[in-house]
Amino acid sequence: MSDGTAPVLEARGISKGFPGVLALDGVSFRLAAGEVHALVGENGAGKSTLIKVLTGVHQPDRGELRLHGGPVSFGTPLDAQRAGISTIYQEVNLVPQMSVAHNLLLGREPRGRLGVIDTGQLYTQARRVMSRYGIQTDVRRPLRSLGMGAQQMVALARAVSIDARVVIMDEPTSALEPREVDTLFGVIGDLRAGGISVVYVSHRLEELYRICDQVTVLRDGRVAHTGPLAGLERVKLIALMLGRDTADVRLRGQTEFAGRHTAKNGQPVVEARALSRRHQLHDVSIRVRPGEVVGLGGLLGAGRSETAKAIAGALPFDGGAVVVAGHALRKGSPAAAIRAGASLLPEDRKAEGIVPTMSVRDNIALAALPRLSRAGIVSEARVDRVVQTLMKRLRIKATSPHQKVSELSGGNQQKVLLARSLATGAKVLLLDEPTRGIDVGAKAEVQALIDELAAEGLGVLLISSDLEELVEGSDRVVVLRDGAVVGELSGDEVTEEAIMRAIADGGGVDG
Amino acid sequence: MAETAGTLPKPLGGRTRTLAWLQRYGVYASVLALLLFNVAFTPHFLEVANFRTQLIQVAPIVIVSLGMALVIGTEGIDLSVGSVMALSSAMVVLYLGYGAPVAIVAALVAGAAVGAGGGALVAYAGVQPIVATLALLVGIRGLANVLVPQLTEFRNPALITLGSRSVLGLPLVVIIAAVLTAVVAFLVKRTIFGRQLVAVGGNRAAAKLSGLPVRRILVAVYVLSGLLAAVAGVLATARLQASDPTSLGLLMELSAITAVVVGGTPLTGGRVRVLGTVMGALLIQLLQATLIKHNLPQSWTQMVQAVIILAAVYAARGRKK
Repeated sequence: MSDGTAPVLEARGISKGFPGVLALDGVSFRLAAGEVHALVGENGAGKSTLIKVLTGVHQPDRGELRLHGGPVSFGTPLDAQRAGISTIYQEVNLVPQMSVAHNLLLGREPRGRLGVIDTGQLYTQARRVMSRYGIQTDVRRPLRSLGMGAQQMVALARAVSIDARVVIMDEPTSALEPREVDTLFGVIGDLRAGGISVVYVSHRLEELYRICDQVTVLRDGRVAHTGPLAGLERVKLIALMLGRDTADVRLRGQTEFAGRHTAKNGQPVVEARALSRRHQLHDVSIRVRPGEVVGLGGLLGAGRSETAKAIAGALPFDGGAVVVAGHALRKGSPAAAIRAGASLLPEDRKAEGIVPTMSVRDNIALAALPRLSRAGIVSEARVDRVVQTLMKRLRIKATSPHQKVSELSGGNQQKVLLARSLATGAKVLLLDEPTRGIDVGAKAEVQALIDELAAEGLGVLLISSDLEELVEGSDRVVVLRDGAVVGELSGDEVTEEAIMRAIADGGGVDG
Repeated sequence: MAETAGTLPKPLGGRTRTLAWLQRYGVYASVLALLLFNVAFTPHFLEVANFRTQLIQVAPIVIVSLGMALVIGTEGIDLSVGSVMALSSAMVVLYLGYGAPVAIVAALVAGAAVGAGGGALVAYAGVQPIVATLALLVGIRGLANVLVPQLTEFRNPALITLGSRSVLGLPLVVIIAAVLTAVVAFLVKRTIFGRQLVAVGGNRAAAKLSGLPVRRILVAVYVLSGLLAAVAGVLATARLQASDPTSLGLLMELSAITAVVVGGTPLTGGRVRVLGTVMGALLIQLLQATLIKHNLPQSWTQMVQAVIILAAVYAARGRKK
């Protein structure tokens, strides 16, 4: 646990590139015996690439891995596993149809005569392993009949029972009940006591501070910080993850946002009341008035996208209500949300946004077709008019409306999606990372557009991991953490520091 | 924050462009080439009677392929079409006692119902299209055989007329196929449904987020495919003047899929080429006729067909990269 201990696993100056991106750039990472090491970072920071390098899924372009002081290289995940490195993924990677016992001892089943599996012996061994982790369950039951927590525990027990020296856990608690989390942490405590090291990936700060000894923060493929977790202020940790220095917040005016909008008084154009969804959202309430830009702040996994999707009808929720322009929406119906006037610009443009086989024109008209047709027949003239107006308005650069959307640049594709939302006659736009992954020029244009649209009276819910964009673009910022609202800032309170403090303290700042 | 620079579209390379052209127009070029070959080397090819025969034979394939093109446009596949033809044929003879119109309606309803079943399995139960319709391929053929266990001839004048009558010199069967082609083309190009089904095939998540009734669209597409297969079954039955559920429509799904794919509709969905599909069906028909006329056995047709399918899929794949 102390720095004097020789590391069990060490990465030195690891670089790994993929076409177009350098995912890891000279990353070093030391894992001591019996230490629980938090690995954190926002989207695209390089966490998953580092894990994949450590577990033999990817081979590094540069740098070396050392295990117990000697250099190693893992050609395949199996090599890493044989060397004692086990990974437990979010989605448990076991065989759900098989029994708990079979899963535990998969590939190492006790054999009787003729090489046939000795079932009695199998169950006995499995029971012994499970009881060691305090899990009471019938090992003959199929794995899938267990709860997520118990399944995770089986995965963990399996990892440890194959002589793992290092266990890597990627978001292990994302589907667990609080009680199950306690059990998991108990097991992690036992592992630590037994000298086994754990790499713990999570966005939940509470958990990190509860269980981890060390922390390494990745940002843009580099190590932003590494050191003991105790004594590291929360707000400092958040600043490290978001790439902002609390003492050095840049001057205003870096973005294209003009400043405050004058929100029209009166009824909110969208109101989410106490939205709840198992493991994801807890009593999230948000209101956006016409002409107002409301930012949603928080770390990755805080529930920002989930909130936007729930409002847009794209994610069913267990409790609460969404009211758009006075209409209470039916749960889980994007069509109803669009009719009422709420339109979502999804975070993943490629997967959930553009239809690559269709033209720019057809992509823009897609969600508005019912408005642009009569008796089921599309009015080409009306489509042309709407598409022409929007292409001009949003300055979409395409050779013609009939160009395939997949041939456009990322920024123009984003504008096409924005046009799709506007074509539906949206009264409120739910923008999830509208400027991520587009070039600087397009970014500025999109920001200016958001401003214009708000000035014209649209309500905007803005999600951005770019703190600067969030601060300069929003009139108000609602801060989420672990799926709950932990702060609301408005007017001059909207500063990068205040947002980070709200994420860290969870309700310490009131609006 | 991690920003990947917006990637600029790559200019199409020469090879990619050739493949793109081949995928889109290859089928037209091939049909034209085959026609020219036959004009030059096949005796009696240019005679009207020959053309009539070719068109009458291709009509059912065209009709089935139209439905198949819609299904494939949604990134699905319908293996049940041949069996649906058999079922509709069985329904025709079962209900012929009530007159030809009733029999035809019964056949069409049966086809649509099978489609609705397949569509529901795909859209609501989340069964993979290939699995859902494979089950129907087997089950519906069985059902047709149970309903009409052996070849059954009939003497219904109205039905026989449907199969053999000509209007203005054109066989009724061919006119029906042409009209249905026009209807499906209109459906795809001009209606909300057409745009939406293409979007469902191109990006289902985006379609859902844009408020499209994805499940209803999927069911409708399979219903149309079943309905069109039933029409083809009725016409083939009328032409044969007999119902033969054991062999009618056998392997039709393969011909239809070939026609669609060769016609430039990608198996990955997101695009429907109606005219290309008709050309694809014509290509298969012409190929068969050519090889037969030059005294090459049926097995040769199958092998050449295989080569064409591979070429079409290669053109589509090469483009994607």
